Formats: sequence, C-alpha cells, structure tokens
Amino acid sequence: MSTSSAEARSQDRASATPLLRLSKVDKHFGPVQALTGVDLAIYPGEVLALVGDNGAGKSTMIKTISGIWAPDGGQVYWDGKEVHVRNPRDASALGIATMYQDLALCDNLDIVQNMFLGREPRRFGLLDETAMEIAARKTLSDLSVTTVRSIRQPVGSLSGGQRQAVAVARAVLEDVRLVIMDEPTAALGVSQTAMVLNLVKTLSDSGVAVLIISHNLVDVFKVADHIAVLYLGQLVGTYPAGELDTQRAVELITTGALGGSSAAEGRK
Amino acid sequence: MTSTDPGAVAAPDVPPADVAAVVASNELVADSFSEYLSAQWKRIRSGESGTLPVVVGLIIIVAIFQAKNSRFDSTGNLTNLIEQSGVFILLGMAEVFVLLLGEIDLSTGFVGAVGAAITAELNAPPHNVNWFLAVLAGLAACAAIGLIQGLLITRLGLPSFVVTLAGLLGWGGFLLYLIQHDKQATGGSIVINSSVLNDIVNGSLSNTAGWIVILIAVAAFAATSLLRHRRRQANGLVTAPLSLLVLKVAGVAAAGIVLVLVCNANRGGALVHLSGVPWVVPLLAVVLVVYSVLLGRMRFGRYVYAIGGNAEAARRAGIRTNRVRLLSFVLCSFTAGLAIILVYFSELGSISSDFDGGNYVLYAVAAAVIGGTSLFGGRGKMSFAVLGGIVIATIYNGMALIAIGAAGQEMVIAIVLLAAVTVDAVAHRGISRR
Ligand SMILES: Nc1ncnc2c1ncn2[C@@H]1O[C@H](COP(=O)(O)OP(=O)(O)OP(=O)(O)O)[C@@H](O)[C@H]1O
Ligand SMILES: [Mg+2]
Repeated sequence: MSTSSAEARSQDRASATPLLRLSKVDKHFGPVQALTGVDLAIYPGEVLALVGDNGAGKSTMIKTISGIWAPDGGQVYWDGKEVHVRNPRDASALGIATMYQDLALCDNLDIVQNMFLGREPRRFGLLDETAMEIAARKTLSDLSVTTVRSIRQPVGSLSGGQRQAVAVARAVLEDVRLVIMDEPTAALGVSQTAMVLNLVKTLSDSGVAVLIISHNLVDVFKVADHIAVLYLGQLVGTYPAGELDTQRAVELITTGALGGSSAAEGRK
Repeated sequence: MTSTDPGAVAAPDVPPADVAAVVASNELVADSFSEYLSAQWKRIRSGESGTLPVVVGLIIIVAIFQAKNSRFDSTGNLTNLIEQSGVFILLGMAEVFVLLLGEIDLSTGFVGAVGAAITAELNAPPHNVNWFLAVLAGLAACAAIGLIQGLLITRLGLPSFVVTLAGLLGWGGFLLYLIQHDKQATGGSIVINSSVLNDIVNGSLSNTAGWIVILIAVAAFAATSLLRHRRRQANGLVTAPLSLLVLKVAGVAAAGIVLVLVCNANRGGALVHLSGVPWVVPLLAVVLVVYSVLLGRMRFGRYVYAIGGNAEAARRAGIRTNRVRLLSFVLCSFTAGLAIILVYFSELGSISSDFDGGNYVLYAVAAAVIGGTSLFGGRGKMSFAVLGGIVIATIYNGMALIAIGAAGQEMVIAIVLLAAVTVDAVAHRGISRR
C-alpha cells in the first residue's frame, strides 16, 4: 500500500459517512471492564487494522459488532443510522461477515458444509450441494488452499492452518459490506498469508470495508489504510497507516501513548 | 512505511495433505474402486468405523443362534424378526433426532404409549372414532408432549436428561391414569378395535404387490443415485466411481429380493397359507426415506448436525438453534408415537398398564447407539437405527428360541449396549484429537 493512496483515503474519511461507527461502547464481564467508551469508525472500501496487546479487548470489540453479545453501553451506527445488533443474524442481515479468532467451525461437518453453514442455497427445497461445492472450490483456490485433499472431508481432520483458511473462506464467500477478521493469518503458511492479504486488498478495492485484527505488524502495514490501537479496553486512537511505523505502533500498543505524552493523540 | 520487520515470525507451514485426509469422505476422494476400498480401510483404522462393526456383530450373532437352533433362519421366524424389529427401529430413529444434538430423550417409551392409549380409547366404543383420526389424535398428543418437554429444555435451559427422566415417570403415571379411567379397559388394557391398525404388523401385501413395491423402490434408488452422479459429473465435481454406484444399487436390489423371498414363503404351515411382506416394512421404509431426506438433504438436518458438532458455531452462523432443538424434540416424541401407536399396538393387539416404557427407552437408545449414532452428538444417521433395531430384535428373538429367560436376555442386551458405547467413545477420542 503506497502512502499516497492511504492519504487519499484518509481525505475521503473526513467527508464520507462511516459504514460503521461505534460511539462510547462499553462492555464488561462481571468486574472485568473489557471495553471502555470506545469510539471507532470504518468507511466503505477501507482496510482498518485493529491492534493491541493480548487482552486489550480486540476480540471483545468485534464480537460486540457481530452480535455475539450486546454492548453494555454506547451506540452503534450503520450507514449513519443507529442499529441494535442483538444476534449474529442481525449482523449478517446488515452485511457483516465475521471470521472469529476461535474459528467457530463444526468439526463434524465437512469444508463445504462449514463454509455455507446458515446460508445454504437450495434447489427444489433441498440443499444444493453441487452449487455449494463449486463455489467453495473456487473460493478456496482463490485463497491458494491447495493442500486439502478433498473439500468433502470433515473440518476436524484438517490442520490448524487449513482450518483457519476455511474460516477465512467462509467470511469472504458472500457479497457483504463489512468483513471482520480476527487474526486471519496467525497459523497460515507464507503463501496462504500472502493470498489472504491480497484478498483483503481486492475486497477493499471493490468497496468492501475490512476490519482486520493482527499481531503481525508487517502484515498490518502491508494492507491497512488506518490503524486503530486498543489499550486496556480503551481506544488510544485511529491513525493513518502512513503516520505510524513499526516502532511507534509498538509503543502505542505497549504503553498506550506516544513519546512520553500521556494523552491519546490520534484522531478519534 | 516499513516493509521489513526483523521481529516478524513466519507462520508455521501447513502439514502435508495426506495427514489430514485420513478421515476424508471416502466416496469423494476415490477415483477408482480400489482407492475407495483403501480410503474406507483408512477410515476404519482412524476410528470412523461406520457400520462395519455392527454388520460384523450381527453376522456373528446370527451364526451363533443358527448353530444353537436351526429354526432361527426359518422363513417364518425371519418374518417374525422383521416385525419385532419395527418397534426398536422406530424408537431408535426417534432417539437419533436428539442424540445428534448431544441430548437424550428418556421419555419416548411412555410418551408413545400415552399416544397409543389415546388412539385406542378413541377408536374403541363408545367413541368409535375412525382409525385414521384416532391415530392422528394419538400422534398429535405425542408431538404436543414433545413440544412441552422441548420448551422446558430450550427456553428454560433445563438438561434434557432431567426433563425427560421426569417425563419417563410422569407420562408413565399418566398412562396408568388413562387406562384406569377408561371404561373399555379390561384387566388393565385397551384392546385394538380396528382391523387396519391390526393389519399393520399382522397383515401382508400380496406376493405380487411385494415384488412390485420392491421393484419400484430399487428403481427409484438407482435413478436418484444416477441423477446425482450425473449432475456432479456435469459440473466437473469429483464423483465416486460408477462401479461403486452400480455395486450399491446391486446390494440394495439383492437385499430387497431376499426380503421379499423370505416374506413371500409360506409361514402359516400346512393348513393356513400365510405369506407376503408385512405392511410394517413399507411403513418403515417410507419413514426412513422421509427422515433421511430431512436430516441429510434439508437445512433443518444440516443444522441439527451443526448444533451437535459446535452449538456456538451454529449460533454464530445465524442459526436459530433453539428452534431447531425444539423441533428435534417434537420429532422425537412424534416418532415414538409412530413406534408405539402403529407398530407396538398392532403387534400386541392392545396397550396395557403393564407397558414397560423404561425398558423400551433403553432399547431405543441402544438401537441408535449400536447402529453407530454418537452419544456425544453430531454423528449418526437414520439408517443406523435400522441396523441397531435389527440387532436388538435378533438378540431377543434368538435368545427366546434357545430358551434363555428374561434375566439372561437383559444382561446380554446390557453388554451389547456397553460395547456399542465403548466403540462410540473410542471413535470420539480418535476424532476430537485436538
Ligand atoms: N467471555 C468472556 N468472559 C469473561 N471475560 C472475558 C470474556 N471474553 C473476554 N474476556 C476478558 O476481556 C478482556 C479482553 O479480551 P479479548 O479476548 O477481547 O482480548 P484480545 O484483545 O482479543 O486479546 P488476544 O490478542 O489475546 O486475542 C480480557 O481481560 C478477557 O479476560
Ligand atoms: Mg482476541
């Protein structure tokens, strides 16, 4: 990603309506405050990377967006209108597809069945296995997942990286408006990682917003237009990728601030 | 922008494919018949044993009984065996719906019996309700009971084990109440009043009709298999070898022919000629086909397997998991109704307050599990219950022939059930290795 195009996108940002906006979102688990007053905006066609240390609240945030649980406070806006995403079905009705860190696959179902779970195409009222298999095969080969012997094998028999690839394929299978991926490349091989990052770019070029969580800053800087930093459940800020480098990003992630200044500096 | 970061760690590479392909669906990784056989062998070794242990077990059991009593494989006794299997098979199928979810229903025996008592009472004087309506009422009552239990389980989040254990006691009591308060009941039982209901087990198709039905069934099976094969081929998908398909159709045809031959032989003796396929056989076949389509080819079934495999993943995929689970409990109770109202009632000719619903539930679970349905959820098929039901009926039938009493019979069934659960647990350990 060249700096100039990232800047061009950050100028779009000022004028356009965000596709998704979180305002003062709180989430706690009993006494644990996982998210505190988080403000975040994602624009169409943008790749927003969400970074933060272990336990910073990244997964909690995307699960809140995806309807796994409701936020305890704050508002969520979609296309500028307030929405209440109460369950995963609400989220997919809006056009959100999510790949979870724990993958959320059914080990007893095969690759095709997992990829289409919850949205199986039908023909004469019966499952259209042929259509599913054709589409699944194409998506998997786009992701350069070539090592699985049969796409009809149960997911439980796959390697960790293969499972992750299936989860990614599931998230990008359908035309949606926001794709969320929680650590999509953590277990992937070199070429599969490159394909996933390519795919992220292809998605954003076609106007899909992508929210990606990763601990690998090299990957983050390769694809992200903006980088949002989460520190102990609070959003430190959202920075254009061009304004940060690895060192500054690491500083933000580990201390929640830049160069001694204690206040959050990024544009919120 | 930094493009080189010394701190970046390359992700571990993906292991070679054949490590993962061990339990691949054997039909679709094989291009030739021999590859299919070797894929099947790999599956068996990796714990996905499928139906093989049951079939082998059944053959051993049959051989033992045959050696002990040569009347075992007389056509009359074999037809008898088919009729006896009916109740176990249907109760096993009922249990499959909930076992696939990782749940259990201990109430099926008495729930079905309550339905049968309602049917019997309505059908007998003074009500004299038409047999068909009486059956509908009985089945509706079973479904309603399933709905109540299902709501307690899904809405209140109570464990199915406890709710249906309460059902086992409660509906058993309700059955007693119904029979005690029925004026038609004599000696604690209500006798069958409809010849149609009586004929389900005791009546037969004519010999020709038996052949026609089996011909149509085999032709339909061959046609649908071939259509599927063609459609996959036309779309450039991997297909199982055609020779395998031919072999499968031939196997089904052979089984059907043997079935009709056995049933069409005279089993009445020299004085009364009695032959033909009992009506319960086509009844079972229809239920099997409908339920197999429901589980294997429709969204509902797919979601049942998904919930059994990973309920949270199913929820995140947008599946209304509680609705699917509720419907499964309704179908389970409804199918228990089919078993007791249509088959048990017809076989015995009455429904009595002595009905041992507790035992029947154990046979039902045993039939499902012996057939290969997992108690851990997510694995199993309707057709497995057919095998399991036949195994249980065979053990009973054979032990009665070689004059082993109830004490011995129940201990043997208990051992067979334990063996099946052990196979299930070992297979489960093999699959959930991560
Ligand atoms: N279901 C839950 N119940 C209770 N506490 C939870 C739950 N999920 C997360 N938490 C807590 O919320 C905090 C944030 O967790 P979260 O999973 O969002 O971190 P993360 O940023 O995704 O970390 P990682 O990089 O390790 O994936 C942690 O303190 C965690 O213990
Ligand atoms: Mg996380």
